[in-house]
Amino acid sequence: MSETVDLAVIGAGPAGLAAATVAADHGLSVILLDEQPAPGGQIYRNIENFDKAALEENLGEDYTKGRAIAEAFRASNADYRPGATVWRVDADGSIAWTDGTTARILKAGRIIAATGALERPVPIPGWTLPGVMGAGAAQIMLKSAAMVPDGPTVIAGNGPLLYLVANQLYSAGTEIAAILETTRFRDYVSAAPYAFAAMRANEYLSKGAKLMQNLKNKGLKVQSAVSNLAAHGNGRFQKITYTAHSSEHEVEANALLLHQGVVPNVQITRQVGADHEWYEPQRYWRPRTDQWGTTSIKTLAVAGDGAGIFGAEAAALAGKLAALETVHRAGKIDELQRDVEAGPLMREHNRIAGVRPLLDRLYHPAPEVLTPTDETLVCRCEEVTAGDIRKCVEEGATGPNQLKAYTRCGMGPCQGRMCGLTVAEVIADARGKTAEEIGYYRLRPPIKPVTLGELAAMEDAAD
Amino acid sequence: MFRRTTEIKGETVAIRFDGQRIVVPAGETVAAAVLANNSGHTRTSVVSGEARAPYCLMGTCFECLMEIDGIANRQACMTIVAEGMTINRQQGKREMPE
Repeated sequence: MSETVDLAVIGAGPAGLAAATVAADHGLSVILLDEQPAPGGQIYRNIENFDKAALEENLGEDYTKGRAIAEAFRASNADYRPGATVWRVDADGSIAWTDGTTARILKAGRIIAATGALERPVPIPGWTLPGVMGAGAAQIMLKSAAMVPDGPTVIAGNGPLLYLVANQLYSAGTEIAAILETTRFRDYVSAAPYAFAAMRANEYLSKGAKLMQNLKNKGLKVQSAVSNLAAHGNGRFQKITYTAHSSEHEVEANALLLHQGVVPNVQITRQVGADHEWYEPQRYWRPRTDQWGTTSIKTLAVAGDGAGIFGAEAAALAGKLAALETVHRAGKIDELQRDVEAGPLMREHNRIAGVRPLLDRLYHPAPEVLTPTDETLVCRCEEVTAGDIRKCVEEGATGPNQLKAYTRCGMGPCQGRMCGLTVAEVIADARGKTAEEIGYYRLRPPIKPVTLGELAAMEDAAD
Repeated sequence: MFRRTTEIKGETVAIRFDGQRIVVPAGETVAAAVLANNSGHTRTSVVSGEARAPYCLMGTCFECLMEIDGIANRQACMTIVAEGMTINRQQGKREMPE
């Protein structure tokens, strides 16, 4: 017999924790499935157990804020399942998941997917060398293991996280060899008209200014308007080269941390077949949702960065809104009560969202990352370069799904997570179309690896 | 590739990584334990054989696939260390058994 529940929440970041808490507090039976061993998601990773003595100050109060959200969730009646990997979701509300030993099926009246964001992959020459990783990945090492890159470290790209991670790593004792920013003058120009609207969420702007000031106080210089980033090394990263102010530069280092913002994790919403829309300012796909996070599939809502990038605080609000709508649909509260409870949450969400049009244009992904040079690997799993993709387009490949047959691009273990956006951009560029017209991979279950042993154990568990 | 900013304190477990016994904090991921104990890689590519190391550390890039307790293709960044765990780098693509 499969388990039955009013609401299943997938993901234990701020959106998922808040959604599960609100729904359980309103009397729904709630199960929260999360891949990680502890609540927090990536933004509040290890929030219950991080090394407070060593890291409290380095990580800052935006991180420690997550404690209250985790505590409220722990105090609720929601049934928490850590270490649970979801590998299939269906429109009828069923979720196939595994605890690592036995695969199971759960039947939910409604599903809230709160699977957040991932760092936009940054395809530059040499990005597969050991020693090159996402800036967010280095931050995960700091939060979860109190570790920092060993030796001189270069941080390159753009976006608020770049400056945050530079500050955090420096405070934790990392030698920062260079901070290279890809933001161009024209990005400032296209962002400028949105500056006034962003003032509504002024605290984000002052936070950003403070981060920059902190870097200055630490004596760290930001090299702006860099391009032609390339990582070099023999078996591991040893050196980065780049262009700035029309001249070539190089910096030797042990680690290279790349960042070009974050994008919604669309694996579940794509697999289940929900409608998606293209968000041009940050050039990513997001599921089409209403103000409650409900997708084109009525049993499925999305809350948090998985529905578009608005950050951790907005994610917690969106989680509560999706939960209120679920509680209403379950008949526990009427429309009026839903709206009364939702009003202040929605207003605060909209206020916080006011900063995004500015940030999304200022930190537009660098052109060289959207359409990399011919020799750059786009698909890391199957080692397909941008040049290979362009050649396939010449031979008649029209989109990402046809490209699979030509190259296996997107068919490796990551299932297109690392190459999907770039593949569409490269094909679009080569065909003179927009990435929106080119589309995305068709994603099929299992969306995470599940062993035959886990599937076989499923039968036994059902008996 | 990474270094600890604090002394190892509290509960520890002993694991075997590529034949070498190492002691790491309980509750740590295999990826973190490996990154703290070698300057190299977690697997080699199935296509070119080039060395690869974790890129995302949150379960999306699949660069940290390792052979853990005899099972191949496990994500080291999503697996917590356990006493006596045997961890080997995954080398290239799988061969058909004879």
